Amino acid sequence: MEWKIEGSPNEQGGEKPKVGRQLMEKTLEQENCREKVEEIVASFPEKKGALIPALQAIQEEFGYLPRPALEVLAKSLRVPFSTVYGVATFYAQFHLEPRGKHIVRVCMGTACHVRGGKKLLETLERELGVEAGGTTEDLNFTLEEVACIGACGLAPAVMVDDETFGRLTPDKLTEVLDQYRQ
Amino acid sequence: MEPTRVLVGMGTCGIAAGARKVMEAFEKGLEGIEGVELLPTGCVGLCEKEVVAEVQKNGDKTIYGDLTTEKVERLIEEAILGGDVIEEWIAARPEEPILAKQERIVLENCGHINPENMEEYLERGGYKGLEKALKEMSPDQVVEEVKISGLRGRGGGGFPAGLKWQFAREAPGEKKYVVCNADEGDPGAFMDRSIKEGDPHALLEGMLICGYAIGSDEGYIYVRAEYPLAIKRLKIAMQQAEKSGYLGENILGTGFNFKLKIKEGAGAFVCGEETALLASIEGRMGRPRPRPPYPATRGLWNKPTNINNVETYANIPRIISRGGEKFAGIGTEKSTGTKVFALTGKINNTGLIEVPMGISIREIIYDIGGGIPDGREFKAVQIGGPSGGCIPAHLLDLPIDYDSLVESGAIMGSGGLVTMDEETCMVDVAWFFLNFTQKESCGKCTPCREGTKRMLEILERIKAGRGEPEDIEKLKFLGRNIVDTSLCGLGQTAPNPVLSTLRFFEDEYMAHIEEQSCPAGACTDLLRYEIVQEDCKRCSICVKVCPANAISGKPKEKHLINQDLCTKCNACLEKCPFDAIVKK
Repeated sequence: MEWKIEGSPNEQGGEKPKVGRQLMEKTLEQENCREKVEEIVASFPEKKGALIPALQAIQEEFGYLPRPALEVLAKSLRVPFSTVYGVATFYAQFHLEPRGKHIVRVCMGTACHVRGGKKLLETLERELGVEAGGTTEDLNFTLEEVACIGACGLAPAVMVDDETFGRLTPDKLTEVLDQYRQ
Repeated sequence: MEPTRVLVGMGTCGIAAGARKVMEAFEKGLEGIEGVELLPTGCVGLCEKEVVAEVQKNGDKTIYGDLTTEKVERLIEEAILGGDVIEEWIAARPEEPILAKQERIVLENCGHINPENMEEYLERGGYKGLEKALKEMSPDQVVEEVKISGLRGRGGGGFPAGLKWQFAREAPGEKKYVVCNADEGDPGAFMDRSIKEGDPHALLEGMLICGYAIGSDEGYIYVRAEYPLAIKRLKIAMQQAEKSGYLGENILGTGFNFKLKIKEGAGAFVCGEETALLASIEGRMGRPRPRPPYPATRGLWNKPTNINNVETYANIPRIISRGGEKFAGIGTEKSTGTKVFALTGKINNTGLIEVPMGISIREIIYDIGGGIPDGREFKAVQIGGPSGGCIPAHLLDLPIDYDSLVESGAIMGSGGLVTMDEETCMVDVAWFFLNFTQKESCGKCTPCREGTKRMLEILERIKAGRGEPEDIEKLKFLGRNIVDTSLCGLGQTAPNPVLSTLRFFEDEYMAHIEEQSCPAGACTDLLRYEIVQEDCKRCSICVKVCPANAISGKPKEKHLINQDLCTKCNACLEKCPFDAIVKK
C-alpha cells in the first residue's frame, strides 16, 4: 500500500514505477480532479456520515482512490486527512492503486473452498501472470480474492465485474476469461 | 380467465447459471402471443436446478429446472400454450420431501412474485401488517405482539426481538433509529441476499412496523456493496413504497412519518457486529466498541437504535398480520417460527431452504438435501459460519434450535449449513474459517488480533505435517482465552471452528501430528501423487497438462512425477483416461 508522493523513493530511482500508474496520475492532473471531487461532495447534502459514500463515488469515478482526490475530499468534508486515510485503508473495497479495466474476483467462500475454488485461483494466476491482488501490466485485469459472493449454490464461482459465473472448472474459466481479453 | 404466468428465477445465482439468456429466449418465443405474462422473480431456493422457471397456469404451479435456451421452445409449445406438463423437466414437486418438509413464511413470496412490482406484494397480503399496526394497534401493543411471537434475532445470537424493541422504545430521547443489518458476510451464507432480491418489500414493511413501535422516524439498511442486484431491487421497492404512501410523510394518513436510506458496506466482515456497523454508517472505521451501553440506549449518533437483521425484519409483517400466537405455534417452545438456511457443500440439493425450528439435522441433510453425492459418507455439517462449529455424524438427530446448537458447540448463526463428506479434512476446515476471521480481525483488541494469528500458525504447522503433540493443548488454551477476553462477537466466537472440530475430531488432528498424514486426503503438503506404472499406457496426456512440468517422459516412454516440482494441483489425476494416477 504505497502512494506516489513527490520526492518519494519511487521517483528517486529506487523502485521502478509502474507504467500504468504513471499514465493514470498524469491524466488525473490534466483532468484536474478537484472539480470532480467537489462535485461529488456537493451531491451529499448531509455531511454527516458522507465520508464512505463519497469515497465510493470517487472510486467509481476514477477506478481507484488517487491521493490528490483524497486531499480535496478531506478539505471539503472538513475532516483530517488521517481520518480519510484510515477509513480508505480499513475497508477492503477501497484501493489506493489503479486497477484493471476488468476486476476478476475469485470466491473463497466455504462452499467454493470445498468445491475447488483454490484451483480456479491458481488457474487465473497462471493465465494472467499475476498473483491475487495484482493487476496485469496492460491494466486490463485485476485479480482478487473475495470472502464470499453468496453464489454458494453454484460453487465454485468467479465474478468478472458485475457478472457472476458459476459451476466453473479451470477449462471453462479460461473460456470466460477469453471474452474479456483485449 | 387468468393469464398464464411464466416466472424466470433472476436472482444472482439464476443469472450466473444463465437465466438472462433463457429469459431472452422466452421473450423471443412469446413475442406477439397474448394471455401470457413473462416476469422475473427472485430465488426459489432450488440452486442445484438453476436456471429455474415457474409456470402458473389455470391455478396450477409447476417449477421447471435445469433450463437452457434449447428447452424454451418445447416448454412454450407444450407447457405454456398447450395443456401438458413436461414431467421429466420438473425441478421439484410440492409433495416431494425437498419441498414438503419445508415451511415457508419468510420465503413465501420468493420465487413466486415479481420483486420489482409492488402490486404483486400487495396482492399477497403485503403491507397489511403495517396497516393493522398503524390503524388498530398502539406501539406498545406491537411490541407486545412481537414478544408473544417469541421471535429471536435471526442474525446469530438469538436475542428475543420483542425485548430488544422494548428497550429501544423505553430508552429516553426524541430521535431514534431503526437499522437493518444486511451486511451478510459469513462465507457460505446467502439467505438475506435472497430475501432482498426476492421479496424486498417484506423487509421495508418490517422496518416500518419497528419504527412505529419504538417511536422512530428514520431507518438505515446497511447492505454489502458485493450485492449489486439486492441494492437495485431495494431501491426500486423504496421508490414504489414512497409513491404509494407506505413510506415518507404521513403514512396511510395516520400521521406516522418514516424515511429510509441505504448505506453500502465497504467490505469489512467485522461490520456485521452491531457497534462496528453503526460506526461504519457514521462514516468511521468499522471497529466495535465495548457494550454496555447497548445500541438500544446509545446507538447511531448516540441515539437509541434498534438493530435487527433482514430475516428478523422480514418475519415481522407476518407476525403482526397473522398474530404472534400463530407464529409461536411453529417450531419449539424456546425457538419459535422457522429458520432459513443456505444448504451448500457436498450435498445433492444445494439451495435455500426454510424449515420449522426443531427439525433434525438428519431430515435437512437426507430428506430435503437429498443426501451426499456419489454415495460418499456424511462426515459433518458446519453450522453458523466462522462463529459456529461442526456437528458430527453421531449427532445427526440433534434438533435445530438455538439452545441445542449452543450445547453441541455450534451456534445458529445467520444460517449457513455447509455439508462435508469423508473427503473433507476437519483441520483444513478449521484452518479455513480461522484464516477468514484472522484476516477480518479489526485489530482493536489484543486477544483477537494476536491470539487468532498464533492459533492460525499452529494450524498451518499441523497441516504441513510439522505439528507437535502439545499443539492440541495450546490450541485449546488459546481458544478458551480468546473466547473469554475478546472485545466483540467476532473475536469471542473466532476459535469456535477450531474448538468444535477438536472436540469431535481430535483423532484427525493427531493423524496429522503423529503420522504426518491427512486421512481425508485434503492437506496437499501431506499428499504425494504417483503414477501406477502397471496401469499407465504411456499416452503422455499428464505430461502435457501438468502446469509445473513436473512429469517427465515422452509418448511410449515411462512417465514419472518429480515430487520436488509437483504442486499437487490434481490436473494430471483429473485428465488421466486410465485412472493410473493416485494420490496417497
